[in-house]
Amino acid sequence: MEYLREVLTQQVAGYDQLPEVLQIFLPMLLACLLCLGLVALVPLVAIWGERKVSAHMQDRLGPMRVGGWHGWAQTIADGVKLLLKEDIIPAQADRLLFKLAPLVVFAGGFAAFVVLPFGERFIVSDLNIGVLYIAAISSLGVVGIIMAGWASNNKYALFGGMRAAAQIVSYEIPTVLAILTVVIPVGSLSMQEIVKAQSGGVFNWFIFEPVTFLAFWVVFLGTLAEVNRTPFDIPEAESELVAGYHTEYSGMRFAFFFLAEYANMFLVSALATTLFLGGWHGPGFLPGPVWFILKAVALVFVQMWLRWTLPRLRVDQLMHVSWKVLLPISFILVLAAGTLALWREGAP
Amino acid sequence: MSVTDIVFILTAIVTVGSAVVVVVSRSLIYSVFSLLFTFFGVAVLYVFLGADFLAGAQVLIYVGGILVLLLFGVMLTHRLYNLNLTTERFQPIAGTLIAAAVFASISLAAFKTKWKLVGERELEPTTQQIGEAFLSSYLLPFEIASVLLLVALIGAAMLVRRRTDV
Repeated sequence: MEYLREVLTQQVAGYDQLPEVLQIFLPMLLACLLCLGLVALVPLVAIWGERKVSAHMQDRLGPMRVGGWHGWAQTIADGVKLLLKEDIIPAQADRLLFKLAPLVVFAGGFAAFVVLPFGERFIVSDLNIGVLYIAAISSLGVVGIIMAGWASNNKYALFGGMRAAAQIVSYEIPTVLAILTVVIPVGSLSMQEIVKAQSGGVFNWFIFEPVTFLAFWVVFLGTLAEVNRTPFDIPEAESELVAGYHTEYSGMRFAFFFLAEYANMFLVSALATTLFLGGWHGPGFLPGPVWFILKAVALVFVQMWLRWTLPRLRVDQLMHVSWKVLLPISFILVLAAGTLALWREGAP
Repeated sequence: MSVTDIVFILTAIVTVGSAVVVVVSRSLIYSVFSLLFTFFGVAVLYVFLGADFLAGAQVLIYVGGILVLLLFGVMLTHRLYNLNLTTERFQPIAGTLIAAAVFASISLAAFKTKWKLVGERELEPTTQQIGEAFLSSYLLPFEIASVLLLVALIGAAMLVRRRTDV
């Protein structure tokens, strides 16, 4: 944001003559709009990508018509269709909470984009507590999902909401512990500090260190479960729950849940990129932000690949994986990371 | 009035307003959901005081943990709407007196105390300081709190365990 203000001051004539309030406020507004654009654009591409990936994995073509080249404009057409649809609220639903829930879910995903380090200077706000902020703000999504499930006044929606909450809260614990294995050697929660600690060649990325290599898989699985993707998609298991917590939603309100889901997929991939894959570091022929987005998109692709390859876990298997497999592993990893840090410092 | 003042006043209105809703709402579910805004408001107030780590922890623990647990609890209760929450003994006069006395003493404390004022400062990283304090001068309270939490965990597991002797 400071960088944005600097650029504005240099490039726009008379910017420094504006009132102080505006000078601070305009870069904030601009940064917000950029983030909002990204949150809207990423799902647009990702939804098309998912349909193409799934189609090719099942030996189909997927959308081919809208827009000409491989149906690239299909999602835009679908978005316009969703906008024009009737806004249905069930008669027995809690109207206020029903309307509020998609916004809460979307706001949680959107707010987390603020600390994503796209490049050396492309970050809205490099908070001192960046990693903690992401972990904290994503809990807004849980509350929104429960809100949606409860306000719909539908048993399937309520079940979906409850399952989602139980799942997200459970998987948050091993994920955050595994993230700690990166925070310990870096000694900071700031996203930029974590990226800077991985500078100097591919082999300085945390994925190539013994402890953090294992932590990467814990974080990947945990975040996969937190965004409710297959094989952890029991909150919206079609065969049991119709569509889970958004069963009763239609039109634009449904689109908000859909946008949030794909924005969250990108968000957790970007988080894993920052923590383990060197963030915006990469060979110099491409600028940093491009590397960052490429790495994140590659992880999004893996998520889609898994979705169209694996079957869904049962509820008890899901809890088993979190509490009896991932949690002990992540405890051992934290211990190992601490020991390693002490050993490297040369303490007795 | 500077930008900071405006943001502070807005935050205060949201925090106190939602807290009022928590207390006076006739529906339990609205009380719990407006707690969401109270918790967030308090987190923002922590940021104003320069305690960024505390703000993050506040949202993580209260919104991500406690609020979700409360929601689970509330959804398992009947009669969510038009709840008439009164105790068996209702004493308006004594209640009003005590409330007024508490209000008066808190306001007196707020206005009479000579607060140590510091100007606006850059946000310093507090995480390291908190960590060092926990593991050096406040080690004993920290350990006692963690043992307490462990006891609570074991107790919860004990309560929900599958009974094999029946």
